Amino acid sequence: MKKDITRLSFILLFAPFALWIILLIILPHIGMVIISLREKVAPRIYEFSFANYVDFMQEPIYWNTLLRTGSMSLLVTVLALIIGFPIAYYIAKIAGKRSKGALFLLCLIPLWVSDLIRAFGWILLLRETGVVSTALQKTGLVSQPIEFLYNDATVIMGLVYTVILFMIVPLVSTLDGMDDAMVEAGYNLGGNGSTVLRRIIIPYAMPGIVSGCIVVFMLTAGSYLTPILLGGKNSSWFTEQIYEQFISRYNWESGAAFGFLLLFFTSIVVWLGLKLSGQTLSSTVAKS
Amino acid sequence: MSAEYDLECLDVSKNFGGVRAVEDVSFKIPKGSFFSILGPSGCGKTTLMRMIAGFEDPTRGDIYIKRKSVLNTAPNKRNVKMVFQHLALFPMMNVFENIAYGLRCRGETAGEIERKVKDVLERIALPDVGGREIHQLSGGQKQRIAIARCMVLDPDVLLLDEPLGALDLKLREAMKIELKLLQHQFDTTFIYITHDQSEALVMSDNVAIMNEGRFEQVGAPQELYHDPKTAFVAGFVGDNNHWTGKINQVIGDRLDLVTETGLSMTGHLRGNAAAAAGGNLTLFVRPEFITTRKVEDGTSEKISSDDNCLTGKIDSLLFNGANSRILVRGPGQELIEADIVLTGGTDDLRPGDPVRLSWPREQTMCFLA
Amino acid sequence: MAQKRNSAFLLGYRLYVLAFFVFLAAPLLAAGTFAFNDSLFPALPWQGFTLDWFFNNTEPKLGMFHDRRLLRGLYYSFVIATMVALLSVLVGTCNAFLFVRVEFPYKNFFYILMVVPLVIPGVILGISILVLASTVANGVEETFNYEIEFLRPGISLVVLGQFSFITTITSLVITARLRKFDETLEEAAFNLGARRARVLRTVTLPFLWPAMFAAGIVAFLVSFENFNTTLFLVGSEAPLTITMFDRMVKVGSTPVLNAVSFFLMVGSGLLALLSILVQRDETEA
Repeated sequence: MKKDITRLSFILLFAPFALWIILLIILPHIGMVIISLREKVAPRIYEFSFANYVDFMQEPIYWNTLLRTGSMSLLVTVLALIIGFPIAYYIAKIAGKRSKGALFLLCLIPLWVSDLIRAFGWILLLRETGVVSTALQKTGLVSQPIEFLYNDATVIMGLVYTVILFMIVPLVSTLDGMDDAMVEAGYNLGGNGSTVLRRIIIPYAMPGIVSGCIVVFMLTAGSYLTPILLGGKNSSWFTEQIYEQFISRYNWESGAAFGFLLLFFTSIVVWLGLKLSGQTLSSTVAKS
Repeated sequence: MSAEYDLECLDVSKNFGGVRAVEDVSFKIPKGSFFSILGPSGCGKTTLMRMIAGFEDPTRGDIYIKRKSVLNTAPNKRNVKMVFQHLALFPMMNVFENIAYGLRCRGETAGEIERKVKDVLERIALPDVGGREIHQLSGGQKQRIAIARCMVLDPDVLLLDEPLGALDLKLREAMKIELKLLQHQFDTTFIYITHDQSEALVMSDNVAIMNEGRFEQVGAPQELYHDPKTAFVAGFVGDNNHWTGKINQVIGDRLDLVTETGLSMTGHLRGNAAAAAGGNLTLFVRPEFITTRKVEDGTSEKISSDDNCLTGKIDSLLFNGANSRILVRGPGQELIEADIVLTGGTDDLRPGDPVRLSWPREQTMCFLA
Repeated sequence: MAQKRNSAFLLGYRLYVLAFFVFLAAPLLAAGTFAFNDSLFPALPWQGFTLDWFFNNTEPKLGMFHDRRLLRGLYYSFVIATMVALLSVLVGTCNAFLFVRVEFPYKNFFYILMVVPLVIPGVILGISILVLASTVANGVEETFNYEIEFLRPGISLVVLGQFSFITTITSLVITARLRKFDETLEEAAFNLGARRARVLRTVTLPFLWPAMFAAGIVAFLVSFENFNTTLFLVGSEAPLTITMFDRMVKVGSTPVLNAVSFFLMVGSGLLALLSILVQRDETEA
């Protein structure tokens, strides 16, 4: 009888999980792959074919955009790590007990504000008639208005801004778990600043680093608003292609193929990253 | 009279997968007694207690409470209450609500609950803490509240799972005495689980020594100490000098033997096995039964032939007040522990002094290996 | 000497941290501040302080609380976020119990499966759910001639789309809390004679409740600000972010968008603060 109860409670608990994962994650993705593998041959008549993928390969704009999205996302990930690590270390290890909590909260605040508002704020600051340009003219540093928007540097900065929190948060929580005595022991045994960082702190923080990098990379590659608003029409972000196929051209087949390609390539990058760093998905993302 | 037993276990066994946690344990606990189960960690004592409380089902065997089998009784229906290792007081409720919890589960009226909680708080000498939060209590107070929470339900048996483990030494000593007094006051059967021999010996009427899932010996504390039936009990209860050796000669229950380090001794065979010359032995000598004398030049004292005697040099002195001890480097180069009294005077023993150690034959407790 | 270099280093470090937080705050300040500028454009120069962009009821300075479309967007966002929060906390709690309390084969694999929706790009979640829902709805319509309203782009689909990845967040938050729960508390309650339901109600849920509440607020906020997934699933009932985006791209920005931004920032700030207070309250106890 006791066994029946355990079984029943397992089924009751597993059912919502299974429904969620199967109906909203697995089946939709299978559906997306299936639809990407068919071609419209006449109105309402479809055939199985790789045409959508062939199109992608034959049109340099498409795969160039994907490569560009991928490489810029990697760049954003690296920048976020380099900029975010000292901040996370400061919050976790150097700040006093009280200011620590406050700083951590400050870090989280932009998280609660929509991408849209954040990008909007940047637009107000950086456009030709924006705050920065006006201020520069006022101080006499430049004589004409400057347009800071619609270039790659701004897009990258905007993306770093959007995603850096997802780097800092897991880093703070792993660094927080590190015993200060480990660092002190490192110095005590004759290490200097850089060896302690390289041999003790970074290896210890590795799960947090990898976890942060995965989330940041996936978020960047999948982001839509920031590149479009800060980069303008020419930002060539791959999600824009998907949107265009899906909504503007109403070509779901090729949109689905693009979606699958984006997922596939980003997954490969993440997989490579895990292999190179010797971590696993369950030791990093699943932990945070 | 069997009706006098509050708890009986009959051939209780428990397997986890292929691992045997508890093996054929049988015992009876007389009403109103303080019974301890003493064993090293991992010996199965917690599993045994969880079976009595109903959190685990025995693989084999039966458990009776007040003569009734409880195997098919759910844990929340058994009148066996438990004080958990970390007490498991509910942090989201205050003291009153913690104690009232079981009464509420029984559906007693508000007035009755009020009265009973007040009553039990008085009995544990904490009459005014009802409104306090759990985190406002001291370690010892928490302990008493955890016991009160169970006792207010008037259980047939109270189980205590190493509840003193988390306390510091001083408080632990005080709580030992207090627990014993509380048990007298409530006059309920207490089953106390511990790995700390001093807790078990001080408080209990009877102690079961448990090892690798089995009961090695059940008896009064003195009996376990002075008359261990197995090598494990001898080694686990009390301090020991421990040797292995071989039998040279058997004369009745007297054994002449030689240890692996080459010491010749006489000993007394314990346990129920029959010994023969050439058999392997495990032997124990308790430090407090060893008499130490300084060897004066030229004098040789007469010692009864039955006694053991050897000479050595004091290697170091472990001063610990009344429990001071010396380590003596014996003829086989091994270290032997012996209890001594240090008065602080000039004739106290000092490291480097040559000494003669002696002890009666009966105190060399020998077990066949 | 070393001391001096050290303190110089620390000063530099502090300045860097300070600069970082200025960087974090700058666009938010810009977005918020211009809500109070008495001008038709969210730009310098500063024309003086006004609350018109919140409360004025006439064009051209139509305040957000009189702007029908914005208010409707706000309402839809609120409805969607509430549903997503409730649903995802419910399923997240089930998941927490599943992964903390139950042992079953391939548990690790399923746990990773639970985390994966968080790293799938939102755009892809959006299109894949749109594709499946439309395929099913079309199929049913063709075979049974019956229109399943709720699988067409609209509020229900937006809720499902957001739920699909927000549930991961709530699951992680509640799981983390449940892992810290001392199971002997439940055993103690059983031992004192409580039934299963009572144990859950009096011991386990009171412990879990702050985490469930916090997870609900996080879910609410993430849903409120979501854009990528929502974009593909939205029907005629556009939530606020979509309305704002349309306005920004098609009409161009006016300070009313700053007013909305300010309103949202203050609102989310207060909610986040509330969730922190609830969690802090419980850690002190």
